[in-house]
Parts: sequence; structure tokens; C-alpha cells
Amino acid sequence: MSFLTYLISGLSLGSIYAIIALGYTMVYGIAKMLNFAHGDFIMVGCYIIFSVTGALSGNSAIGIIAAIVLCTLLGITTEFVAYRPLRGAASPLAVLITAIGVSYFLENVALLIFGADIKSFSSVIKWEGFTLADGQLRIQGVTIVTILVSVVVLVVLQLFIKKTKQGQAMLAASEDKGAAALMGINVNRTIMLTFAIGSALAAIAGALLCSAYPSLSPYTGAMPGIKAFVAAVLGGIGSIPGAMIGGLMLGIIEILSKTYISSQLSDAIVFGILVIVLLVKPTGILGKVIQEKV
Amino acid sequence: MALLEVNNLCISFGGLRAVDDFNITIEKGELYGLIGPNGAGKTTVFNLLTGVYKPNEGIIRLDGKDITRKSTTEINHEGIARTFQNIRLFKDMSVIDNVKVGLSERFKYSMIEGILHIGNYKKVEKEMDEEAMKLLSVFDLDKERDTLAANLPYGKQRKLEIARAMATNPKLLLLDEPAAGMNPNETGELMDTIALVRKEFGMTILLIEHDMKLVSGICEKLTVLNFGRVLCQGETKTVLSDPEVIKAYLGE
Repeated sequence: MSFLTYLISGLSLGSIYAIIALGYTMVYGIAKMLNFAHGDFIMVGCYIIFSVTGALSGNSAIGIIAAIVLCTLLGITTEFVAYRPLRGAASPLAVLITAIGVSYFLENVALLIFGADIKSFSSVIKWEGFTLADGQLRIQGVTIVTILVSVVVLVVLQLFIKKTKQGQAMLAASEDKGAAALMGINVNRTIMLTFAIGSALAAIAGALLCSAYPSLSPYTGAMPGIKAFVAAVLGGIGSIPGAMIGGLMLGIIEILSKTYISSQLSDAIVFGILVIVLLVKPTGILGKVIQEKV
Repeated sequence: MALLEVNNLCISFGGLRAVDDFNITIEKGELYGLIGPNGAGKTTVFNLLTGVYKPNEGIIRLDGKDITRKSTTEINHEGIARTFQNIRLFKDMSVIDNVKVGLSERFKYSMIEGILHIGNYKKVEKEMDEEAMKLLSVFDLDKERDTLAANLPYGKQRKLEIARAMATNPKLLLLDEPAAGMNPNETGELMDTIALVRKEFGMTILLIEHDMKLVSGICEKLTVLNFGRVLCQGETKTVLSDPEVIKAYLGE
């Protein structure tokens, strides 16, 4: 029974990684860049919820909406100011380094405003959850909500991309930006939209992350950000179902290895598995093999 | 007034004048051929007309409007659509979705409507499907609507590229070597398709081609490029019997 408990909490942690990884993978798939500041958008989202909820004496719904809106604006602004001018730069490294710069910038701004001390975050989900099997299996409300939210996000995102003209424009731009532009697609607007969606997802992930692990510092987003990046690569970067599978796998592996092997070694195990998967299948689990023509 | 009017178009790459003092006037409804030996600058002209390259000098007017410095997307919205020498379809998307990408600028609904599948979403998507199917049936691709573009046979990929370009509702269609890599049968079929596009849509077409049978068979006027400069211009028959043109193509 305790195994089931761990499995469920792994699933929950994995769902959070999955939502973050969806943002990573969408931006990579369409803008062909790794937004290393993505994890810090989560942190920004958490601080917004923390501040707004505090100011409104506990109304977290408005806090979450504010976080989603402001993170979306932050994503659009970052793309416009820092990434767009470097698109088409001679080296793809330029925009990668810039993303790392944006990451440090956001962390240090948070440090300046909120200080280095760890804030205790009160969960946005007030529901206690329930116990099953005569109290042996306790499932927290936040766990259930997290899993449900990630499923909803995945389904909505898949439908959006497959079934709407904006989604189709994203797919077209991800395949061939030049041809898409020549067919009348506004590629800049499409990439901006991708950043907006990715950043909104980061805010949602932030609300869930800090509800499950209620401590908030300027570095809160860094490690989940990197793990979600690993999840995206594990699942096959650029693939939306891949991000989901990668995220869930990573969460379950992390919790189970923390429980049954060693809590100190769990990160080593997670990254070790990444190395093994990439050795066997370099494009990730659902990644497509791209054959270069000579 | 001519549909396309290009004056004194020039572009250099480093020290090389890839296109030099290029002029062309295309009337509405004409089928115009752009020919010349390899490396003469034909595709560069297409890239200049569609905004992929910005010219160093010169003016491009479409329907009297100066479009010289506009972006590729804006030029498409003004009414120029093209195909590519090496096919550039969205290979991982279905046949109908390729066409719908071309349609998407003319059919509007907001992103919120799209995400929630509310408001105009269903109506507009249905209109897009109908419009796309109409185009696909003109090009005899309606049976392949859900096939991935990558899985179409070569000749049909060429057709789909023309259909996708037509979906953007252009005034001028640019075809870059549409018959490249085709056998005589397929070339014949392509000539029928081009004739059909002109008949159905009254389209003005500028095409680059090496296949002289196709060029002399369907083009009304020709411009011959050699080393980036216009060598000869005029009615197809006159141009093809010009001694300078024969010299450039066949050597002395």
C-alpha cells in the first residue's frame, strides 16, 4: 500500500515536471531555441501568487490569475526584447547564452525585491483530499488537482495545436519558417504566441509546485526547470506527448529512488537514466529521427 | 496598368552582381516564362520579388503599389505566392492542413475562441475545410486529403505546392521550376494543371523552367537571363529564335 502512495506522489511530481516540460518543448519545437529562463518564470509566478494572495488576505484565485497574466506578459516581453533581435544571428549560441542571462537576471531581481530568505507559501488548494483503505492510503488534494490539471493542459494543448489555425501555423513555422512566411503566416506573431502559452503554463506549474512543496526562494524554479528540461529531452524534445511521458517518468523515478534507494542519490539516478536513454535513443522516447541528406 | 512592374532591380552578394538592372512588365492574365542557363540568377529574381532578399536598387510594383522593401509575409498578403525549386511542403502535416495554412490569413477567429472551441471557431473551421476541399478537387488531390504531404508521390507534391500557394489567394503566382525532376508524362500533366489554374482562377503566372517543350508550349512571353542580366525579352517565338539566346543556351 505504501508503494501505491509513493507512486501517486511520483505521478503528482511528474505532472508538475510535465507542465513545465510542455513549455520547454513548445518553445524549442517552434522557435528552435532552449529557453533556459523558463524555470525562473515559475519562480516569478510563485512570487506573484505569494504577493497578491498576501495583499488580498488569502484570496488565491485572483493570485493565480494575476500570475498567469503577468507571466504571459513577461514571456512575451522577454521574447521581444531579448530573443527576437537574436533570431537569425550567426550562431545559435547567442540566444542560448542570452537565455541563461535572462535566468540570472530574473533570479537576482527576485533576490533584490524579496530577499534571500525562504518564504513559506500557503497552498492554493485548500481541499484536504481523502483517505482510502481504512486510512492506509492517504491522497492529498493537491496531488489529485495536480494530476487532473496536467491532463487537462495536455488535452487542451493537443487540441489547440492539431485543430486550430493558430496551432497549424505553429506546426508550419516549426517545420519551415521561410516557407510559412511566404505562405502569409506571420512567423514573429506565431513565436510570440508560443512564448505566451509556455509562460502561462509556467505560472500554472508554479502554483502547483509551491502548493506541493511550500517553500519559496529566488532559486525555487531553477532545479525544477532543469529537471523539466531533462524530461523534455527524455520524451523527445519538440514532442508534446513526449514531454508528458518524460515528465511523468522523471517524477516517478525520482520519488521511488528517493524512497527505496537513497534520497541523496535520487538526482544522480534521474540524470543517469537520461544518459542511458540518450545513449540508446538519442532523439528521446518519442523523438523523431531526422536523417540528414548528404 | 501592368500587374507586375519591375524597374532596374539589382542585388550583389559580395563582389558578385547576381542580378543587375532587371526589368520586367507582366500584364494581368499573362503566362510569362523566365529562362536562362544555370546560375543566371532566375531564383534570385524570385527571392527578390517575394522579399526573401532585399534589393540594393530598383523598384517592384504590384498592381501599382510599391512592395520593394516589404517582408515576405506582407508581400504574400499583397498578392504574390510562390512554389519552390526543391519542394518545401510542410511534410509532417496532412494534405488538407498544408492548404489550410495557406488559407489561414483570410479566415479569422481569435485564439481564445480556438482554445475553447467556442464562438466563430466551428463555423470558420468549416468554411476553411470547404474552401480547402474545393481547391484540392481542382488539383485532383481531394482523395488524399488526410495523407501526410511527405507520403505523396512526387508529381502530386508539386501539385500540392501549387494548391497551397493558390490558397493564399494571390494575384501573381510564381512557379520555380515546376517540372524539375518530372518525366514527360508528368510534365504533360503539369502543363494541364497550369492551364487549369489559368482557366479556373484567371491567374497571372511567372514561371522559371528549363524544359523547353513546356516553355514553348505554354508561355506567351519570355525573359532570358544570362549572368544576372536580361539578354532578351518578348514574345516566346521571337525570343527563342534570337541568335543571342541560342548562343547563350547552346554555345557557338
